[in-house]
Amino acid sequence: MTRSRVNLFLQKTFVYTILITMALLIIFIFYTLLVNASRTHVDIQKGFSAFFGNYFGKNLENLLANNNINVLNAMKNSFIIATATAFLSTYVSALTAYSIHLYRFKGRNFLFMFILAVMMIPSQIASVGLITILYSIGFVVNYFVLIVPAMAAPATFFFLKQYLDTILNFELVEAARVDGAGEIRIFHTIVMPLIKPALAIQFIFSFVASWNNFFFPSLIIQSPNKRTIPIVISLLKNSSPDSFDLGPVYMLMVLSIFPMIIVFIIFSKQIIKGITLGSVKG
Amino acid sequence: MKNKRKTRINYAKWGYRFVIPFVVVYVVFSLIPLLSTFFYSFFEYYFKFGGLEKVGPNFNFLDNYILLFTEGKFFKYFGNTMLIWIMGFIPQVIVSLLLALWFSSTRLNIKAQGFFKTIVYMPNLVMAAAFSLLFLKLFSNNGPVTNFLFESNIIGESFSFVDQNWSTRGLLSFMNYLMWFGNTTILLMAGIMGIDKGILESAQVDGANTIQTFFRIVLPLLRPILLFVLVTSLVGGVQLFDLPQIFTAGSGGPEMGSMTVIMYISRLLGVSKQYGLAGAASTLLFIMTAIVSLGFFFIFYRKEVIPRKSIREGEDK
Repeated sequence: MTRSRVNLFLQKTFVYTILITMALLIIFIFYTLLVNASRTHVDIQKGFSAFFGNYFGKNLENLLANNNINVLNAMKNSFIIATATAFLSTYVSALTAYSIHLYRFKGRNFLFMFILAVMMIPSQIASVGLITILYSIGFVVNYFVLIVPAMAAPATFFFLKQYLDTILNFELVEAARVDGAGEIRIFHTIVMPLIKPALAIQFIFSFVASWNNFFFPSLIIQSPNKRTIPIVISLLKNSSPDSFDLGPVYMLMVLSIFPMIIVFIIFSKQIIKGITLGSVKG
Repeated sequence: MKNKRKTRINYAKWGYRFVIPFVVVYVVFSLIPLLSTFFYSFFEYYFKFGGLEKVGPNFNFLDNYILLFTEGKFFKYFGNTMLIWIMGFIPQVIVSLLLALWFSSTRLNIKAQGFFKTIVYMPNLVMAAAFSLLFLKLFSNNGPVTNFLFESNIIGESFSFVDQNWSTRGLLSFMNYLMWFGNTTILLMAGIMGIDKGILESAQVDGANTIQTFFRIVLPLLRPILLFVLVTSLVGGVQLFDLPQIFTAGSGGPEMGSMTVIMYISRLLGVSKQYGLAGAASTLLFIMTAIVSLGFFFIFYRKEVIPRKSIREGEDK
């Protein structure tokens, strides 16, 4: 009995040591990022520091004053695109998921299986065709080229479909119909509020995905005033004069990473619960 | 009766109306682009003189593919992509499986699980481009990590993370690992929680030790979720772009060892807009991904039919 208790104690010590080391490593990476954003270039070059400098405001000022990369404008672009993408893709996917969940129309099963299948296609390989199409219809000048194609999101659809399966029954819809509500109204006033937690999670996921998206914008965005944050980051090559002062460079990373981390920490419990719902059942 | 049938027909109509936005957007901006990517791969189609003069599209059947095969770049880059993916994926699965087992073990009864899960999942939401830039700054030749390791005599003075092929690849794999192991942990945990506790208990009653239980019962029952993790990770892995593009500033790294297929495609689509060749490379990537995914599927499910049937029969009794 005591021997197995000692054993368990040793195992627990081992497990906690590894977990804490891992957590500390990850925290350390982001902590260093934050600390370096508050130091002068000379200080950053000296190596790691556990303490914040007092250059945070100055680095931010220098970064925003740099007209070559115009960070504020890039953040505005990223924010508009991510918000619109998240809103539209969540809404459109919710409509589709609700339709497939509730209505028994012909081709319903085919559509469902089709959307599941295309989740397994590496989406970036369609970029050649997408670019030629966008150029041929002259659709390359505004935000819409980045927003509209992202509206049909199979993963978002699948998540919402799973959620609806667990929560929405026909009787509820039937009752609303008896009360004389139209189909569109039922969706907006009964179904949407019912699946609000799932919609919120998907909004966050879509927002993050769009905010972080680099590949397709890098192919399609030509004009400097339409650049998004990841594109600005890609401009900071080692040789470029904008990266001579490391303070603003770290500040730019803080501005692109920390908004997502803050949102995540606020909603982490729901988000983590949400991840499992979007996968296959084990 | 007649009335009821009429309303039912109406409902089906609403079903179609609700899926129209999704279907139209998907067809126009994903399906047709996908098919036209395949289509253009059989054409000579690019822009001469720095993007000024359009050439084609002229049908040239397999010329683009022949060029890809004879030039050999595509396969080198595909090899790089797979190597970077596998070097990150193997530790990812092992660590995630361990963490998932620990978190779900009632014997260990790990405290502060919410905290640990939040921390390990966090890198998944971070912008890959910024994460890569951060690692580049930390591991560059006079970056803090390199200096720290040099000062503590772990590496020599001439050691460089970013000027050597294997260290560059290793760092890319490590970043990929860091960004995804939290996600995999949470997925596998859900799988383990879904396993019927009765099966595990009866195994213990029959005298199976922890290791036997894990390999004979837990692992086989996790097969569907492991396959899901493997295939989604593969599909993400073959599209690796942000990390190496930023880390190597688009150059492909030392000896071009970190040039991935999507970086190659992105480069082809640059100034000279080589739609034909990029289309062929995309198609080839699609086919190879499909083959590898199907391969995984067969490996995972070849021997599946018999044991699962016997478990079902056992349940019926």
